[in-house]
Amino acid sequence: MFVRGLKRKCFDGEEDIEGTLAGIKAIPSYNLQRQSLLDMSLVKLQLCHMLVEPNLCRSVLIANTVRQIQEEMTQDGTWQMINTQSTGQASLDRLVSTDILCRSARDQAEGKHVPAYGTFNKDFESDHAQDSSETMSTASSVQAPRNLQSNVWEMENPQENKGNFQKSLDQIFETLENKSPNSVEDLFSEVDNSYYDLDTMLTGMMSNTKMGHCDSLETFSSPTNAASNSNCKSDLNDLDHIVEILVES
Amino acid sequence: FLGAGGGNDIQWCFSQVKGAVDDDVAEADIISTVEFNHSGELLATGDKGGRVVIFQQEQENKTQSHSRGEYNVYSTFQSHEPEFDYLKSLEIEEKINKIRWLPQKNAAQFLLSTNDKTIKLWKISERDKRPEGYNLKEEDGRYRDPTTVTTLRVPVFRPMDLMVEASPRRIFANAHTYHINSISINSDYETYLSADDLRINLWHLEITDRSFNIVDIKPANMEELTEVITAAEFHPNSCSTFVYSSSKGTIRLCDMRASALCDRHSKLFEEPEDPSNRSFFSEIISSISDVKFSHSGRYMMTRDYLSVKIWDLNMENRPVETYQVHEYLRSKLCSLYENDCIFDKFECCWNGSD
Repeated sequence: MFVRGLKRKCFDGEEDIEGTLAGIKAIPSYNLQRQSLLDMSLVKLQLCHMLVEPNLCRSVLIANTVRQIQEEMTQDGTWQMINTQSTGQASLDRLVSTDILCRSARDQAEGKHVPAYGTFNKDFESDHAQDSSETMSTASSVQAPRNLQSNVWEMENPQENKGNFQKSLDQIFETLENKSPNSVEDLFSEVDNSYYDLDTMLTGMMSNTKMGHCDSLETFSSPTNAASNSNCKSDLNDLDHIVEILVES
Repeated sequence: FLGAGGGNDIQWCFSQVKGAVDDDVAEADIISTVEFNHSGELLATGDKGGRVVIFQQEQENKTQSHSRGEYNVYSTFQSHEPEFDYLKSLEIEEKINKIRWLPQKNAAQFLLSTNDKTIKLWKISERDKRPEGYNLKEEDGRYRDPTTVTTLRVPVFRPMDLMVEASPRRIFANAHTYHINSISINSDYETYLSADDLRINLWHLEITDRSFNIVDIKPANMEELTEVITAAEFHPNSCSTFVYSSSKGTIRLCDMRASALCDRHSKLFEEPEDPSNRSFFSEIISSISDVKFSHSGRYMMTRDYLSVKIWDLNMENRPVETYQVHEYLRSKLCSLYENDCIFDKFECCWNGSD
């Protein structure tokens, strides 16, 4: 998928792409992953169209996770940042990232060695070392890729990681701003978006009540374009809507 | 039945396996709950198809208490059937969530089994003799022609092949809006509690048409709901005391003498979170799936996603022992969240000689 395809390409040596951008493609930033978790959770809450009453404990735990993420994003200020950075990408991008995360985590679990990771890290670090004088302090930029490589979900030093990820996110956006407006679309242009149209997924769920959500993700084939960072406020409205549904059921 | 890495003096090994060992298992056969009776002679299992299967240990040597006799099927019966809630247009699963044995008072055995909504009291009795020699009936049950009766005789019991019969004696229904996750029999042997996600009810074993609500954590506005009840149990010796665990990893101990509605706990057991292990999944894995008192009543055992904890009832701020069950899963929580395995619930129980 996303990660594997790009890693192979980068193995061939994408010298023309700046280190930062290559870093984004191989190792999704913490914020991106967090956004992915948010989307996955929202999808989980919505995919409860079963004949049997949904498990209330599970729904409450997922809703709490969503709230946690949104609180953190509000504190970080990334809530606003993502809104201002909106370039027309849809939430499907974040679902893409979700899939990446979980597959790579699973791959790690299965002990699959991904050699590109090691190469990437070095590239990232070396590029950063060059850019460090222009952008951030050296300490944080060198730390950032290491943190990114380790399992992002399990934050061992949350304060330190937050600072680093925030800085790496800043770096990323700064770099993107310097590039052409289409660069963000280029980021995701390699992605096969056919799976991840949220609207189609939900419509699909209405008619296929007993499908497990992973199965349903695989059956969609409606084409979409690499679209904007969706409106996070609409996600919040979705959450209210979901809780309403839960209440009614 | 059991398998776990052993160390020191205790070696764990599989003793016996019942049922299909291959992957091709029908959904209805999936076992959803297991429970030994108090002596350990009987093992009850409930499955997703609403059936209860009871296994009995071979009585090779009755004086031996820890015998390793084999278990064989003793009785099988259909406890619950699927139902349909017409008001909500939802199916009610027949899956057995919990089974609890009553202490034995006479020759028969009694157990409570519950699905999401209804609890049933079952009587399991043995029949190994039958009466023969009726005056008015033939052996096959047909009535005799009274004119052919010339003498009278007293019917006698003759041995027959053992027959185990299960009959429903009580049905406790319509008391739970949410899914029942626990039942627990009180030490007074007259009452028991049933707990769902938001409420706990107290029943009398003889009375099926009413129960008392003793805990209610449903918020006025359901959108404010952040915590649910996950398990509940009566204290083994104190008939006014019970505990219930929550999805946030807390255990509350309540005393029914304090008030009719035990919304205010007498004790709150909670371990402070370890900041170095904090992640978005911390709350989910802290959710307690089972709580069990030790036989003495001094300790209780809780099971969350990755560990088993032993608590001393006299100390609320942390457990006295913690055992990591499968710590290697901690690095895989994201995947486990994606495929919903992180919401699996595990049970725990004490050794008979704790």
